[in-house]
Amino acid sequence: MSAILSANAELIITIVKIVLLLFIVLTVDAYLTWFERKLVAHIQSRWGPHRVGPHGLLQPLADGLKFLFKEDPTPAGVDKFVYFLAPLLALALALTSIAIIPFGPEPLRLFGREIYLGIAPPDLNIGILALFAITALGVYGVALAGWSSNNKYSLLGGLRSSAQMISYELALTMSVVGVLLIAGSFNLTKIIEAQAGPGIFGWHGIFGWNVWPQILGFICFFIAAIAETNRAPFDLPEAESELVAGFHTEYASFKFAMFFIAEYTSMTTISCLCSILFFGGWLSPFPASWTWTHYLPSVILLPFGLWVIWDGLRYETIFGRVILPVVGTAITALGAAFVLYPAVNEFIQGPFWLLSKIFVFLFIYVWMRGTLPRFRYDQLMAFGWKLLLPISIVNVIVTSFVILAKMQWSAK
Amino acid sequence: MTASLVVFFALAGLAVIGAVSLILQKHPIHSALSLIVVMVALAGLYLLLGAEFVAAVQIIVYGGAIMVLFVFVIMLLNAGVEEHTNISRLAGPPGLLLVVALAGFITATIVRTTAGVQGSSQTGAMASTSGISNMLFRDFVYPFELTSFLILVAVMGATVLAQREKP
Repeated sequence: MSAILSANAELIITIVKIVLLLFIVLTVDAYLTWFERKLVAHIQSRWGPHRVGPHGLLQPLADGLKFLFKEDPTPAGVDKFVYFLAPLLALALALTSIAIIPFGPEPLRLFGREIYLGIAPPDLNIGILALFAITALGVYGVALAGWSSNNKYSLLGGLRSSAQMISYELALTMSVVGVLLIAGSFNLTKIIEAQAGPGIFGWHGIFGWNVWPQILGFICFFIAAIAETNRAPFDLPEAESELVAGFHTEYASFKFAMFFIAEYTSMTTISCLCSILFFGGWLSPFPASWTWTHYLPSVILLPFGLWVIWDGLRYETIFGRVILPVVGTAITALGAAFVLYPAVNEFIQGPFWLLSKIFVFLFIYVWMRGTLPRFRYDQLMAFGWKLLLPISIVNVIVTSFVILAKMQWSAK
Repeated sequence: MTASLVVFFALAGLAVIGAVSLILQKHPIHSALSLIVVMVALAGLYLLLGAEFVAAVQIIVYGGAIMVLFVFVIMLLNAGVEEHTNISRLAGPPGLLLVVALAGFITATIVRTTAGVQGSSQTGAMASTSGISNMLFRDFVYPFELTSFLILVAVMGATVLAQREKP
């Protein structure tokens, strides 16, 4: 038994990692819907979900159950095979893309093995290209869903989606080239490590990040990425004021949920990419000599946990009075554990910063949805082709000239 | 049988099934989907040979950009199921002859160069990103630039042709 285990250790570790990541990503997606509804509600001076569980925290569970038990009718005249394939394709590709993201610099040493955070090996040389390959295929989910539904609104949504994705994929890819030129690699780990060195003014920490020399590239990348994930203000494929619900009009029950999960997973992947490519990934914004910043996770977690306990104790419902203090105690214990065990604290520094940056980008995603009106179709096309693409090409040319000049300078 | 051989036969089988399905499907969208399967299976084969960059580009360019355009145009024109005509009587015998000739040619090539095929999985350094870029931008820079110029001309020609109807 143990012989089989040690012979297939890599395989078993990978399977465990896949199951764990799947569980985490699906949970994050579920609570992202809660976060989005709550945040958009507060932006619009509403309360958002607050009936199911304390602060509406059980709303995602209720929604999930509803999706599972709803009737799932198949409309007449659909292309059966493609109709069933489309949501599967969308979900599978979105979940695959997150497997390429590395989540931490240091491997976890367990059972005498080095287990890296993230499913893909850290020396995956085509990291960013593999991600783009998966996003390039992602359009089929939406386009085929629109086509196979036998509904004119769906078809319009699918057509819009494919046109939009073709247009913005160019700007998305071109805007990353500057980062690749600076790092000299497609490898995501190497791209992050290249941002550790002295940046502008020779300062370390936040000043080494790619966002400063690549500010144009970052703006292009983020806008194009929002368009790629079909989110507001680029959500024309599902514009509810024009197309009922666009490409997923004819989808109900769990097939609809699959599109939903795919969309939120893509949002998470894009947030990971933004942090990794332009904001130093798991690197701390402070110089390495400031060791006291390593207690920042605890400084955030401890008061937050105590607040959750206090909030739970004064909650009206019995359920809230039980659930919230338990969650709060868990958070407080986590914060205390980081202080008490320095080794653990060192290990979680990288993941902590990466997750914080991802959270900031997810917040911006929702913020933009709550703030900006939707583009008109011709505006969308003109914006992509006449503004984003030229700017990203100019960015590539300028970056390569600067790098060339630096190389000439240092050669002298 | 080693693991890589199993993966090879799985991917090769997928590519062949996709190619056959591409011809046999009646609806254009289904044919396009079969072609995507072929492209992705080929990318997997490149990956198996250690050509990571070529595999990724195969999916991005062929699987992504070009096939999305195919699907987009099929959807835009709303092309329906193909009509079947009686097969041309002339096409039969020459077609059969061509099939036999092609099969014979492929078999002959495989039989003659089996040794070369065995060793071809050692192309890692050549197929790496820097190896490809050295070839493109140093050894073959003039043919490469000429090709891109040709493509530019084609793009401009397409734009002019598309705008001809306007006053």
